[in-house]
Amino acid sequence: MKAPLTAGKGCGEKRHEIFNTQGVEGASTTGKREAKHNMRLRNSSMDGSDGSQLFDDTSATGPGAQGVYRNQQAGPQAAGGLPGQSLLSDPMSNLAMAYGSSLASQGREMVDKNLDRFIPISKLKYYFAVDTVYVGKKLGILVFPYMHENWEVSYQQDIPVAPRFDVNAPDLYIPTMGFITYILVAGLALGTQNRFSPELLGVQASSALVWLIMEVLAVLLSLYLVTVNTDLTTIDLLAFSGYKYVGYVLVHISANIISSAVSLVNHQTLCFSRMILGVVAGLLFGKLAYYLSLLWCCAAIFVFMIRTLRLKLLSEAAAEGKLVRGARNQLRMYLTMSIAAAQPVFMYWLTYHLIR
Amino acid sequence: MAFTLYSLIQAAILCINAVAVLHEERFLSKIGWGVDQSVGGFGDEPGIKVQLMNLIRSVRTVMR
Repeated sequence: MKAPLTAGKGCGEKRHEIFNTQGVEGASTTGKREAKHNMRLRNSSMDGSDGSQLFDDTSATGPGAQGVYRNQQAGPQAAGGLPGQSLLSDPMSNLAMAYGSSLASQGREMVDKNLDRFIPISKLKYYFAVDTVYVGKKLGILVFPYMHENWEVSYQQDIPVAPRFDVNAPDLYIPTMGFITYILVAGLALGTQNRFSPELLGVQASSALVWLIMEVLAVLLSLYLVTVNTDLTTIDLLAFSGYKYVGYVLVHISANIISSAVSLVNHQTLCFSRMILGVVAGLLFGKLAYYLSLLWCCAAIFVFMIRTLRLKLLSEAAAEGKLVRGARNQLRMYLTMSIAAAQPVFMYWLTYHLIR
Repeated sequence: MAFTLYSLIQAAILCINAVAVLHEERFLSKIGWGVDQSVGGFGDEPGIKVQLMNLIRSVRTVMR
């Protein structure tokens, strides 16, 4: 007999388990509950298929309502369905469980409200509404931005369209995944040079994060000083600065994996001269591949940033390509250029120490 | 480049402290960055210097 006096959602699950061990009545009640659960999920997924909702957003209404719903349904059934269980049909323990579950839901509401004040969770959800096609296209644009023509973000009644429907919209999925991949590839690079230890992963992660934060703060400060009226939010800037990580990953992969793969192949060959040639090629190829891919990725991210920021920072006339005089427009142009130029610098700065 | 989050917090606090201790009379007015010298333009072009002076003044006010 499990102790049932735990509050909140665990309460619902424990009752669920207890029902399962009791036999036919338990099975029928769980069956009914599962059917209602599935129906609720299907309804919310049907809501999510039209364009105005981002994605299947069951988090706010789902588990909270379902947890409470499960508890409420379990309450009367606990009293009626199990006549032999004195502990469950005891009204005091029912009261205690109901009180505990209401306390837990209150606590959850309070946490949600306070968290929403500091980190705008609903706004964050917009940046993660991506799908595979978008990610593929965006990665292609990041690596090869020269063929892409239309860089404007489309709007839908003053709200920018979700990234799923517009390939130019900034998202946070690619920067997050790029960051994590960068840390892993940095660990791999250190490992192939026999310089690895687990603390170094944390050091890499925190230093990359610190540089990112400093860059975002510097861009915010310069935007404030130049008083440019833009609709770039902080999270947008975070997303744009995070697109560098894709470049980091590509540079590291091409530099380290190719050289280590070549050297691995060399160890297998027994011919002496071929081995020497192979080792030399591996060394050269490592550095060469590093510099080539660094050059390519720097140019790509530079062009990408300029084309993206041009539409957001500069005035409409300057963005069209006409030459507009005036100190303010020049200042904005310098700002765009310097933000874009900082990206290759960061790329070099944060990757060269991993190449030996 | 072993930067940690803690060193970032330290650097931020030191920078804000540095801005907060700039004295109004003894220093800022002497180099023409005082509060009374910033209400120049009423157009929509404040300019970098005025923005910077406003920033310094607001940091000092908040940190007081």
